[in-house]
Amino acid sequence: MATSSMWAIRQAIPRRAYWVLALSGLLIPLVAWAWLSASSGVNPVFLPGPLKVLERIRTWWTEDDLLGDTAISTLRVFLGWALSVVVAVPIGLFIGTWRSVQALLEPLTDFVRYMPAVAFVPLVMLWVGIDESAKIAIIFLGSFFQMVLMVAEDVRRVPLAQIEAAQTMGATRREVLERVIFPSAKPALLDTLRISMGCAWTYLVVAELVAANSGLGFSILKAQRFLQTDKIFAGILLIGLIGLVIDQLFRLLHRKVFPWMHTR
Amino acid sequence: MKIECRQVFKQFGAVTALQDVNLAIADNEFVTFVGASGCGKSTLLRTIAGLETHSRGDVLVNGRPIAGPGRDRAMVFQHYSLYPWLSVTGNIRFCRQLGAQTEGRTSADVEAASGRADALLQLMGLSASANAYPNQLSGGMQQRVAIARALMGKPEILLMDEPFGALDAQTREVMHDLILHVHRLEKTTLVFVTHDVEEAIYLGHRIVLMAPRPGRIDTIYDVPLPRERTQDMKHSPEFLALKRRLLDRIRETSGMATDLEQLARLNRQETSA
Repeated sequence: MATSSMWAIRQAIPRRAYWVLALSGLLIPLVAWAWLSASSGVNPVFLPGPLKVLERIRTWWTEDDLLGDTAISTLRVFLGWALSVVVAVPIGLFIGTWRSVQALLEPLTDFVRYMPAVAFVPLVMLWVGIDESAKIAIIFLGSFFQMVLMVAEDVRRVPLAQIEAAQTMGATRREVLERVIFPSAKPALLDTLRISMGCAWTYLVVAELVAANSGLGFSILKAQRFLQTDKIFAGILLIGLIGLVIDQLFRLLHRKVFPWMHTR
Repeated sequence: MKIECRQVFKQFGAVTALQDVNLAIADNEFVTFVGASGCGKSTLLRTIAGLETHSRGDVLVNGRPIAGPGRDRAMVFQHYSLYPWLSVTGNIRFCRQLGAQTEGRTSADVEAASGRADALLQLMGLSASANAYPNQLSGGMQQRVAIARALMGKPEILLMDEPFGALDAQTREVMHDLILHVHRLEKTTLVFVTHDVEEAIYLGHRIVLMAPRPGRIDTIYDVPLPRERTQDMKHSPEFLALKRRLLDRIRETSGMATDLEQLARLNRQETSA
């Protein structure tokens, strides 16, 4: 019974089992990593052990400015992402609502989406300069186009019956948009914002290629120059950890803001 | 006449969805549309609602041609039409947020509206669930909310597109008597699409039987039952006779009759071989 319920397709599993599995999923790679780095024949320069990385995080905190690097990187990611949100949500809302706007903008967005944000780095430096705005611009470029398409898709998923019911109650176009489409798409939109926050973080290292002298991405790039693999590991792990925390915060927010989705 | 369709045509590319539809529905009448799938019954209903445009002809409500959907013609859908982020009361009161229904409103209107919302909760048996969210309700209860929400704005016409199609047989029977009660009480004109012949007879004063390829009105039947319906009428000879006539006609018009004959022929050949 216990084993069969674990393999029931899409069914809930016991809460304890969930936590045990989630922790195992995180701990097993950690143990494998520790074991692999401790075994002879693996050069610690290529694969530093967990303890060494932990020690590096400690010295980064005490001797270098880990807090400052984390703060500036988080700020850059957040600002680039927020700029994306402010522009992408209304545009996606219009694309998903009106076929005419879709025809005008969606092929263009699809086209630009495939252009590598990394390749825009020299252009961004030319156009925006090399100060903070350049880093924010790159994160914006990396997350914006995906976000527009995801928002448009969220909006298109609003059931037509919800829209038509409002129309037969006398709702104007604007009222349908404000009172039906937007509130109906909101939970999906929050998920889209959560996922694009992840995208934004992946562009951090690229963004900090541009004349940065602080930040987690910059530290990783600098560590690469000096072959400080333990610091590279530390930077990557920290970014992962921050991502995990942000993701959980988004999920918590989802439960708080949309109680009607989580009640049965 | 409350609703009039005059020579309504609708073309979907190469397909004729509606061909030469002429139909007049009187005030306070209860008319049901039946027919095989693809006969255009839903399309015709949605055209009257203003949710679909027609290619030719006129659709008149109160003698005036319609221009898109309007609050005089509220619609109840089969499903997915409730607003899951609003409570039952919130859904019912939804139309009160719309400009079209709140123009020049006075405090007396506001009071009347909240009285009406309460009355509709009562009428539909939803008082105990007033604060629940739609996803906490059964399918039958959800359709009660959808009906109450449509009635909130006092529409002259209520259009229903297979509203009970997803419900189980017992819940359906309850809903039938409920909708008849609503029709008596609210004095709306009711147009009801269904694929269920029994439902069409039990509810309708008249039945519009439609046929596919091209979508058109085939025959209009008067239901030979008193206007006050009771469940036991379903076993009356008039009811059963009409049911048989409708089923036969639907089979003939849908091409299913020929399919069945062919199947019978095949079976005969197989047994003789």
